[in-house]
Amino acid sequence: MKIVVIGNGMVGYKFCEKMLTKSAKAPVELVVFGEEPRPAYDRVHLTSWFEHNTADLLLATTEWYEQQGIRLHLADPVVAIDREQRTVRSHSGITETYDYLVLATGSAAFVPPIPGVEKKGVFLYRTIEDLEMMKAYAPHARSGAVIGGGLLGLEAAKALLDLGITNIHVVEFAPRLMPRQIDDKGSLLLQEKLGQLGLKVLTSKNTKKITGEESVNGLQFTDDTFLKTDMLVISAGIKPRDELAIAAGLPTGPRGGIVVNEQLQTADPFIYAIGECALYQNMIYGLVAPGYEMAEVVAAHLCGEMKAFTGFDMSTRLKLIGVEVASFGDPFSPAGDCHSIVFEDRLKGVYKRIDITPDGQQLLGGILIGEASAYNMLLQTVKNKLALPADPASLLVPPAKDGASTGAGVDGLPDEALICSCESVSKGAIGEAVMAGHESFDDIKKCTKAGTCCGGCAPMVKDIITATLKSQGKYIRSVICEHFAYSRQEMLDIIRINSLRSFDEVLDHCGHGEGCEVCKPVVASILASLWNDMILAQGNDTAQDSNDRYLANIQKGGTYSVVPRIPGGEITPEKLITIGMVAQKYHLYTKITGGQRIDLFGAHLSDLPLIWKELIDAGFESGHAYGKALRTVKSCVGSTWCRFGLHDSVSYAIRIEERYRGLRAPHKIKSAVSGCIRECAEAQSKDFGIIATEKGWNLYVCGNGGSKPQHAVLLAADLDSETCIRYIDRFLMFYIKTADPLTRTATWLNKLDGGIDYLRNVVVHDSLGIGAQLEGEMQLLVDSYKCEWKEVVENSELRKRFSHFVNSPEEKDPTVKFETLRNQKKAAEWK
Amino acid sequence: MSISPTTIHWFLACKASDVPSNGGVCVKYGEEQIALFYFARKDQWYATQNLCPHRKQMALSRGMTGTVKDEPKVACPFHKKTFSLIDGRCLSDEAECSLSVYPVKVVDGQVYIGVNEETAMVAV
Ligand SMILES: Cc1cc2nc3c(=O)[nH]c(=O)nc-3n(C[C@H](O)[C@H](O)[C@H](O)COP(=O)(O)OP(=O)(O)OC[C@H]3O[C@@H](n4cnc5c(N)ncnc54)[C@H](O)[C@@H]3O)c2cc1C
Ligand code: SF4
Ligand code: FES
Repeated sequence: MKIVVIGNGMVGYKFCEKMLTKSAKAPVELVVFGEEPRPAYDRVHLTSWFEHNTADLLLATTEWYEQQGIRLHLADPVVAIDREQRTVRSHSGITETYDYLVLATGSAAFVPPIPGVEKKGVFLYRTIEDLEMMKAYAPHARSGAVIGGGLLGLEAAKALLDLGITNIHVVEFAPRLMPRQIDDKGSLLLQEKLGQLGLKVLTSKNTKKITGEESVNGLQFTDDTFLKTDMLVISAGIKPRDELAIAAGLPTGPRGGIVVNEQLQTADPFIYAIGECALYQNMIYGLVAPGYEMAEVVAAHLCGEMKAFTGFDMSTRLKLIGVEVASFGDPFSPAGDCHSIVFEDRLKGVYKRIDITPDGQQLLGGILIGEASAYNMLLQTVKNKLALPADPASLLVPPAKDGASTGAGVDGLPDEALICSCESVSKGAIGEAVMAGHESFDDIKKCTKAGTCCGGCAPMVKDIITATLKSQGKYIRSVICEHFAYSRQEMLDIIRINSLRSFDEVLDHCGHGEGCEVCKPVVASILASLWNDMILAQGNDTAQDSNDRYLANIQKGGTYSVVPRIPGGEITPEKLITIGMVAQKYHLYTKITGGQRIDLFGAHLSDLPLIWKELIDAGFESGHAYGKALRTVKSCVGSTWCRFGLHDSVSYAIRIEERYRGLRAPHKIKSAVSGCIRECAEAQSKDFGIIATEKGWNLYVCGNGGSKPQHAVLLAADLDSETCIRYIDRFLMFYIKTADPLTRTATWLNKLDGGIDYLRNVVVHDSLGIGAQLEGEMQLLVDSYKCEWKEVVENSELRKRFSHFVNSPEEKDPTVKFETLRNQKKAAEWK
Repeated sequence: MSISPTTIHWFLACKASDVPSNGGVCVKYGEEQIALFYFARKDQWYATQNLCPHRKQMALSRGMTGTVKDEPKVACPFHKKTFSLIDGRCLSDEAECSLSVYPVKVVDGQVYIGVNEETAMVAV
């Protein structure tokens, strides 16, 4: 069997791929003609060409075609089809015979008949060549315009942004953007969001003329208004490439498109048409997923399988210039046939509408703008006619991160549910692949191809992998260790709900064995974060990491270092003198730390309570330098002395340090406050950092120094002092509750689904509705704070643990040795 | 080092109540330091040398105890190397030296650790 394919676009390529897999037994001869100079590439992600290079966009290299035995003629369009002789002839004069011919000629940009379209600086947006030409022209342009406010128009606008053009207008003929996908309100909101990004939108504008001498300089509209522009992209729709079919006498639709039946056959049973050039039941399917389905049907048909194309769901989820836009099912059910539930938040820029049947039983369709994480589940609910929850409005609330997902989750889906519509992979197929041992997302991508195209289904594919593994009794969660088959977050919930207060209780309740050096500190930290009991209380003392157990940092040689808290780095001369005297008395090495305090090294275990007592008497307390806890809040001197200072950064730093002192967390937490944008306190390298602005404070989160430095990102701007603290309460508590063990805030954020936007939604917009709860929990910890050193000093039972020999409490470890360096002592070098 | 039962010498280390549950203490025996551990959940006692062979630190008694597949172990506070309390071998690094282990018995609330007679003679 010899098959000739005309067109090497996305669908033409997919057809070759499908044909190769299906015809493994009976070899076929494949010949492909492509008009473009390069093999098929990912047109869907055309706009990312600016970030990537062409090679990244290619669906397969020319070598691939060679290896597969496909004869690929590039830059050589077919110019004629001879249906009698069953041959095609190319521009360069090649003639090929065929048994079957597949037309995958796609579509071209539709160019409305506006005078002036031929001028320099007017572009289309469909191919890599279009982009290359735009890129070459862009340096001459400062303003740009796009005709067409649909999906492609907005993509083109993004391209102009990427080319560095700042003044951009999108001109739409209809009264709203994306008239075919979304409703008035949604489009209004989208318009607002795009406005924030600097894209101006003109609706209800009919372009009469493109003005300019040789090059475009503006647009003349029918309402006699005028828009100046240096560059124009026309993106007013698509026109199927049916010219070859017409010349060959095949029937086409009145507005273009090659007429096909359920098997994608044209009027000539030896000729098929697939992708954007095919017209099925008066409809052009302008998306890649239906095109792939068509390729599948034709390949199946040619290999003798029974398969039919019966239309395709046009639901889409897109990210347009950073704004999520999704529509699913029938987004335009007539008002009488459905109830609509609408959720709108102008502040956050979120608009969601779902239409349900009047009896409230079924979902018909809807629109999501600004936040579309529920898309996959909603789409599946429509497609599989899943029963709605008692309160369908709950579907519009973003899924809670703490495990409670909305709706039925992937478990509720039937095996036939189509998960990856681009590659038509069902839930069942993914499940089978997982059971066959492909247990990671990467493996699943390789063996099922699910998630390899638009990637929209990735979260759901991952959920299915997890669910399948779970059903097999396998856990892929990051469980803590062999003693607890739970993640840290799950442990926290278990401990909280069951009010467990000691490591033993936790072990009895949900663990095995005796615990170990991994799970003990995790549980101890959770207990401290939840209840704030004295960490050395009976039963929990030996579960503490060894530094926590002795409330000091073990150093080379087995002595300890002592760091009293110096909030904000502010200290009186009297206190400085005390530190000096204590250091002298106990022979301690002293050093200023990076966190604006003083570290005293070389203390024998049995001296610790004595040292603490003297420090406490002088008004010091523990600095928690030993704990996975709040360390320091560094500050610059701020407005009290500095001529640039906007606010009193020291006072605010002290207030913050005193609020969160002793707070136990998955990892250490550092903070800083700067009095102005000069940032002398380096707040942007902290887990949370605060910088004074004219109007208040900017709050940055999730930065750190250390081995993998990462800058903090702005969470909220221009906050008053109270709001800033409320946000920090929420932020820290949310981190404490959800992070994996030993995960700094930066890493936590890097792994957080939805990243900073999600975090901002939770903290600032309270999208999970847990803001008050988080604040309450934090307040509880703040109110129950006690200095741990003081408790040891005052408790003779606890003090007993601070001696080296159990049978000779007065004696210090005789093996400890020091050396001298620059008039101070240092630990003897270890072997 | 292992202790042969014929030459065993039991010395009184401390009271059982001096040792924290699921934790350790350091016992002085002449010039030697022995780490003594109490696993309260199973009421088991173990003793090893206090010196961590990795960087020669007197620290094992301050390490965290636990189990790996039901084998009791201790983790050194310095670099978290773990050692079996049954035979003293290093569980996290095969190349690391093993610990000496000692038998322990509790009589009337008093904890005794068993050492070799020769060691006993040198030490006392
Ligand atoms: C900027 C942009 C963004 C998009 N975003 C999305 C999206 O987010 N989601 C989505 O689903 N879809 C999106 N699309 C649409 C998607 O790209 C198309 O649906 C898909 O490319 C159609 O594939 P096709 O093979 O039918 O057509 P094409 O990819 O256009 O391929 C047809 C090929 O045939 C060639 N050809 C035509 N005539 C001849 C001839 N006579 N001889 C030889 N070769 C010929 C053409 O040059 C072309 O290379 C987007 C499109 C663009 C332009
Ligand atoms: S950050 Fe601003 S206010 Fe603070 S010390 Fe530097 S210049 Fe002064
Ligand atoms: S000193 Fe014990 S592990 Fe390094």
